[in-house]
Amino acid sequence: MSFIMYLINGISLGSVYAIIALGYTMVYGIAKMLNFAHGDVIMIGSYISFVTFSQMGLGPVPAVVISIVVCTALGMIIERVAYKPLRKAVSPLAVLITAIGVSYLLQNVALLVFGANPVSYVSMIAVPPLKLAGGELTITGITVITIVLCLVIMGVLMVFIKKTKAGQAMLAVSEDKDAAQLMGVNVNGTIALTFAIGSGLAAIAGILLCSAYPTLTPYTGAMPGIKAFTAAVFGGIGSIPGALVGGILLGVIEILGRAYISSQLSDAIVFAVLIIVLLVKPTGILGKPIFEKV
Amino acid sequence: MKSKKLKNKITTFLIVIAAYVIVEIFLLTGNVSSLLQGLLVPLCTYSLCAVGLNLCVGYLGELSLGHAGFMCIGAFTGAFFSVTTADIIQNDGVRFLLALIIGTGCAALFGFLIAIPVLRLNGDYLAIVTLAFGEIIKNVINVLYVGKDSNGWHVSINSQAELGLEPGGVTYINGAQGITGTPHSSNFTIGVILVLVALFVVYNLTDSRTGRAIMSIRDNQIAAESVGINVKKYKLLGFTVSTAIAGAAGVLYAHNLSTLTALPKNFGYNMSIMILVFVVLGGIGSFRGSVVAACILTLLPELLRGLSDYRMLIYAIVLIAMMLFNWAPDAIFFREQIMARIKKPKREV
Repeated sequence: MSFIMYLINGISLGSVYAIIALGYTMVYGIAKMLNFAHGDVIMIGSYISFVTFSQMGLGPVPAVVISIVVCTALGMIIERVAYKPLRKAVSPLAVLITAIGVSYLLQNVALLVFGANPVSYVSMIAVPPLKLAGGELTITGITVITIVLCLVIMGVLMVFIKKTKAGQAMLAVSEDKDAAQLMGVNVNGTIALTFAIGSGLAAIAGILLCSAYPTLTPYTGAMPGIKAFTAAVFGGIGSIPGALVGGILLGVIEILGRAYISSQLSDAIVFAVLIIVLLVKPTGILGKPIFEKV
Repeated sequence: MKSKKLKNKITTFLIVIAAYVIVEIFLLTGNVSSLLQGLLVPLCTYSLCAVGLNLCVGYLGELSLGHAGFMCIGAFTGAFFSVTTADIIQNDGVRFLLALIIGTGCAALFGFLIAIPVLRLNGDYLAIVTLAFGEIIKNVINVLYVGKDSNGWHVSINSQAELGLEPGGVTYINGAQGITGTPHSSNFTIGVILVLVALFVVYNLTDSRTGRAIMSIRDNQIAAESVGINVKKYKLLGFTVSTAIAGAAGVLYAHNLSTLTALPKNFGYNMSIMILVFVVLGGIGSFRGSVVAACILTLLPELLRGLSDYRMLIYAIVLIAMMLFNWAPDAIFFREQIMARIKKPKREV
């Protein structure tokens, strides 16, 4: 029974990774950059929801909405100010380093505003735990909500990309930026929209993450950010179902590794599996193979 | 062309030596604050690391985010050697030299082993695998316990108690507490000498037949392959030398501290990224730039200490602003226009 428990916890953690990984994978697919500041947008989103819900006493719905709006705006501002001027830079590393700078900036702004002491996050999700198998198996409300929300977000996003004009524009830009521009796609607008969606999802991920692991510091976002990025690579970067598969696998491996092998080595196990997967299938589980032309 | 390169090399060496002499004069006259004194060896460490990574990023054209991991290997193997042989080898200099060789060698060995499979990947995939590797190293060292008693060596990956040492046995590597009591064998002079040696090695490497082969792979792998360059061999070589330099930096770092621990702060991916920042800001492919950027960016937070809470904030803003100013095509255009305006009157005269 405990195995199923761990498995469900793993899927729940993995769902959070998957939502964060979506932000990485979409931005990577379109702008071809690793947005290192994504993890810190999660942290900012968590703080915003903490302030609005716990300190200002707003209801859960306004708190979530405000958090999403702030993160979306933040993502778009970051893109406009820090990344857009470097989009045509000679070296792709330039924008990577700038993203690191933005990451430091967000961490230190949070450090100044909210202080270095961890705050204990109050979960705003009040769903009663689910009791299965005659009370032997208890699944917390947050676990259920996280998994369901992750699946809903994935579904909506897939439909959005397949069925709407903006979604098709995203696909076109990720395929070939210049050709898309020639076809009349607003490339700058599409990239801004991608950052907006990714950052909005980061706010949701932040709330879910902090509801499950209720310690919030200015550095909360960094490690989940790196792991989610790993998940995105794991599943095949640029692919939305890949983010889901990669995220959930990563979460399950982490929780099972912590439970059955060694609690201290869980991160090492996760990364070792990543290395093995990439060596066997270099573009990730669901990634498309890359063909090299001379 | 040849003489220009030579001039460039000599200038770099002269800058490092001049900086060393100036610092030594200040040290002798007692004008250096203790805070700054404590930073001198880290400055050399970061410069070394940045030079090593620059070889990988600038000449091999591969992005590595795991150099802190290789530094970690160098630091721990070097410190482990020094701690265990502190009684046997009395001479500080000889012991440090041997530790340096062992630390550098181990980092190079790991670099070589990880490079064999990993260099088949390109670009960001290589970056993420090296990042993962660095995290694994840090994680494993944090749970590693090594001790010795009359029965010989004991190793555990769970706890110190599991080593089952007899009374009188010594724990050398104590998990998250790391290695304590490493002799203080490194100093600023040794650091500068190491930087000079590393610069000598990388300059000679990049200016040789081997170096040109490495650069040709960076510029166009398929073209390089088609003219008969052994891509795998040269990639391995470049990567291994790069990790060896990071290992040497680790040995230097370890022998400057009495307690060596593998924290996210000093050997985590943050450190790897920090080194990458030095490399990119100093100029990809410019070793002199790496050294200068490593020094400036390590000193900057300390110089801003007066601003206390705001210093890292300002550091971040300066970093973003410098990147935008240095790399944004619009900023480059703007700079060229200004330069042209300044230069114009001279031409008319």
